[in-house]
Amino acid sequence: MKYFKKVLAITVKDLLLEAHTKELTPAMLIFSLIVIVIFNFSFEPGMQNSDIITPGILWIAFVFAGMLGLARSFAEEHEQEAIRGLMLAPVDHSAIYLGKTLSNLVFLFCVEIISVLAFGIFFNINIFPILPGLAVVLGLATPGFVAVGTLYAAMASNIRLREILLPVLLFPIIVPVLIAAVKITGVVLKGQPLSGVSGWLNLLAAYDGIFIIVGVLTFEYVIEE
Amino acid sequence: MDKDENVIIRAEGLAKSFGHTRALKGIDLTVRSGDFWLIFGPNGAGKSTLIGILATLLKQTKGKLTIDGIHSGNDIVELRRKIGVISHQTFLYGDLTAYENLSFYGRLYGIDNLKTKVTGMLAEMGLADWADERVRNFSRGMQQRLTIARALLHGPSILLLDEPGTGLDQHAMRHFYHLLGDLHSQKQTILMTSHNLTIGLERCTHLAILAGGRIVFSAQKSELDGKNFEEIYFYYTEKERK
Repeated sequence: MKYFKKVLAITVKDLLLEAHTKELTPAMLIFSLIVIVIFNFSFEPGMQNSDIITPGILWIAFVFAGMLGLARSFAEEHEQEAIRGLMLAPVDHSAIYLGKTLSNLVFLFCVEIISVLAFGIFFNINIFPILPGLAVVLGLATPGFVAVGTLYAAMASNIRLREILLPVLLFPIIVPVLIAAVKITGVVLKGQPLSGVSGWLNLLAAYDGIFIIVGVLTFEYVIEE
Repeated sequence: MDKDENVIIRAEGLAKSFGHTRALKGIDLTVRSGDFWLIFGPNGAGKSTLIGILATLLKQTKGKLTIDGIHSGNDIVELRRKIGVISHQTFLYGDLTAYENLSFYGRLYGIDNLKTKVTGMLAEMGLADWADERVRNFSRGMQQRLTIARALLHGPSILLLDEPGTGLDQHAMRHFYHLLGDLHSQKQTILMTSHNLTIGLERCTHLAILAGGRIVFSAQKSELDGKNFEEIYFYYTEKERK
């Protein structure tokens, strides 16, 4: 119980920092919206095969916005070496990982919710009937992406070219999440039942579980000096 | 528990290598409750590495370390409760207020009556009027006072300081060492590293010189009466360099 209180303390600290600075989430949101708007101009509504393209557009927006947020997620920790203050605290270092993952998840969920609404407007899709299905795919795909992204962001945080290096390192490992998320989103946008993509849903659930455990077990070695 | 109940730090043969570079080559150190140790050394002597090991941020390659009765290999999380660390970096969040910074660290240490403790600590450091001000707007001296508050909030057995005067102007430096002196007079055990021979000498109880990864000289301050420490320092550091 004490462990989770400390995880929560780290998450609340990140949310408080974001509430004060308003640096991360607006930038992620604007980026995501720009992607949606650009693709909206590129593909005319009602064009052939648009149901194949649109899920990809949505996930490109989420992944790039997420990358932007993840690359900055350890910036405050390094400014005055606050990361060392966290490492000196009497708490298992995996709590730092879980706390940071949770705050990154909150930021990306906020961006995704607004982006989905904008996506519906720009692509003339009635989002409300398919919201439960979208909630399932976002709820399963985002934690896996953020779990592995937070771990890689911690690894890259000491490197000068972290903004460039993080996507290069992260993209290959999140390919399964992206493919599964795009396939499931396609089914949801067509209004079909999720039972037809249960294999992809299982893959996402397994990916989430595996990478959260990997993060918890390896974070200590990622941040040690 | 240590045989000598007064011993806060017992380090035996601490060594640390980074690849082929041997940063520490066997440090023996015994710090007792209420001691104020000043460890001097030139750049690259191993001062920060020593503090890093004592603070549990680095693992020694060889040797044993016990802090307040807890062996570093046993319960590292509990051991961290015994330590407060002040460095030339503040470990604070510039975009949080002074109160939010201390509250956050208080939660990580699981401190009871946190609100009262944080408010009291801010008042003690003369920062009560700036509690709701973002740390980014503080002067370097104010930031260092808040850093002391952060390091002392959980009531550590020992305060470790790694070159804490870096970046402070003369006024802030003087105020900072007055605060340290006050803490020591309240029986706070302190171990500080520095390369500046002009600071802290009047307050400390023990002196040591670290050079080339070894403690080449150590003495109680009372043993040095009438001797010029600067000459001793240059004698030992030059000898090590040769």
